[in-house]
Amino acid sequence: MTLGTIWVVAEPAGTALSTTSLELLSAARGLASSVAAVTWGAGDHAAQAGDYGATTLYQVPDVGDALPGAPVAAALAALAGAEAPDAILIPASYDGRDIAGRLSARLDRPVLTNVTGLADDGGLVSEHPAFGGTQLVHARFRGSGPGLFVVRAKSFAAEAAGGAPATVVAAPAGDVGAAGAARIVARHEEVREGPQLEDAAVVVAGGRGLGEAAHYAWVEEIARLLHGAAGASRAIVDAGWVPYARQVGQTGKTVKPTVYVACGISGATQHLVGMKGSKAIVAVNKDPDAPIFQVADLGIVGEVQKVLPALIDLLKARSS
Amino acid sequence: MNVVVCVKQIPDPTAPQSLDANHNLDRTGKLILDEADTYGVEMALQLVDKAGGGEVTVVSMGSAADLAGIRNALAMGAAKAIVVSDESLRGTDALGTAKVLAAAVRRAAPDLVLAATESSDGYTGTLPVQLAELLGWPSITFAKAVTAEGGQVSVARQTEAGYDEVVAPLPAVVTVTAGVVEPRYASFKGIMAAKSKPVEQLSVADLGLAGEVGPAGARQEIVDVVAAEARAAGEKHVDEGDGAQRIVAFLESIKVL
Repeated sequence: MTLGTIWVVAEPAGTALSTTSLELLSAARGLASSVAAVTWGAGDHAAQAGDYGATTLYQVPDVGDALPGAPVAAALAALAGAEAPDAILIPASYDGRDIAGRLSARLDRPVLTNVTGLADDGGLVSEHPAFGGTQLVHARFRGSGPGLFVVRAKSFAAEAAGGAPATVVAAPAGDVGAAGAARIVARHEEVREGPQLEDAAVVVAGGRGLGEAAHYAWVEEIARLLHGAAGASRAIVDAGWVPYARQVGQTGKTVKPTVYVACGISGATQHLVGMKGSKAIVAVNKDPDAPIFQVADLGIVGEVQKVLPALIDLLKARSS
Repeated sequence: MNVVVCVKQIPDPTAPQSLDANHNLDRTGKLILDEADTYGVEMALQLVDKAGGGEVTVVSMGSAADLAGIRNALAMGAAKAIVVSDESLRGTDALGTAKVLAAAVRRAAPDLVLAATESSDGYTGTLPVQLAELLGWPSITFAKAVTAEGGQVSVARQTEAGYDEVVAPLPAVVTVTAGVVEPRYASFKGIMAAKSKPVEQLSVADLGLAGEVGPAGARQEIVDVVAAEARAAGEKHVDEGDGAQRIVAFLESIKVL
């Protein structure tokens, strides 16, 4: 290993660390001799961070109702100046991206985003899908200062290593001034049933080809019958048919289920990036030339308005 | 209320894309206004309208050889544009771009800066927050609804689980998602008016940034670009009333059923 120290921005999610954070900790311990995690919030994550390979857990002082981007980046910048890690890995989440942007400006270091792989080649080399994942770009940082990598979910497997709880070190509060003035005044959680989109073994997703918002109920019904989760293309999220939390793709979630069933989704590169890693892909689309068929193991050229209700009937008959 | 919208002219995403010899996106063809930016322009126009005064300025960095995309934003209703164009900026990274836009935003001195969450060509998605940090302003990203009054901006911000209501004092930077508003089409009158709206073209030296920004190569480099392992297409059947059965059989074969 040529790298001494990698830090991972370990994002709290409820009482635990986010799955992407655990993926990054797992990757980091194979790339550097020393791994530290940086977290915030009220939770105690020392045991989990240690289990996934961090020996040190830097705890940012309470950010209260502030959006975490500014205060966490300020603390990280102060820490990084003193400790000089070789690289900082940041989850490609809402808050992770805020932290990355602010940290980049504070450290005057560029960021490499949309990272889907990391390798040690006399320094870290990152992999980035381009042109809808048909090509892979490999990049690296030059010059001094930590490399800042924003890594997409599901790029690595999260594997516990059974390490001892990390030693908790209080991070200094950075000076944020007016930049830290954004406050969360209310939180709204959308009710959902069944498995999380990112974790589901079966994902059934709908797109513009459904024809109208009400037809998304078929997608939800098939997902329920297959004990899976319902996803969506960007087109119908933008159109307001379904909430953003369902979006799969470059600007949404990355999923790698056992099977992905794409209903009325043409397969824009934007979407393919988020689901190409699925073990099997089934597509239903009326356009025989839709790009989704180039990645589908089973493609049905037909009207979703006919195929989906028939599929629901068959699945119901099996489960009764 | 004065609003700056950061916009980008990008190669038409529906045309074939390629990288040049330096692994930069080939931008020599026709450029258009990034569709993702039309939401910010529309949001800005609505906020200014609601405030009962002020104007929308679009700010962009890039080639000034073709300003059709900028004119498109002006035709929608923006009052003027600032375009920073300089040969020395070719291939600069997002942080370099943020420094340039920060200098341009300071000149315009707006109450609010809007931007897309990310561009549709590079998808880097860090620039607006880098810009906010350089300006020393708060930022709220991933807005699906925006209101501004009483010196404060209120945003419904997307989260993993739903959305948060977030407020920040102005001036601030807000990034908007597609769907925050429905962008208007430029009217014929708007298109005609856009031809005579002011477009200020600035160089790096004009912004006092000479020597401070330049090509990204000094700090990051592309090692190589390789073809990704292609996923082989499987069977394709035209539905003859048996489509659903075929799906069930397939799910059985992979033991999902």
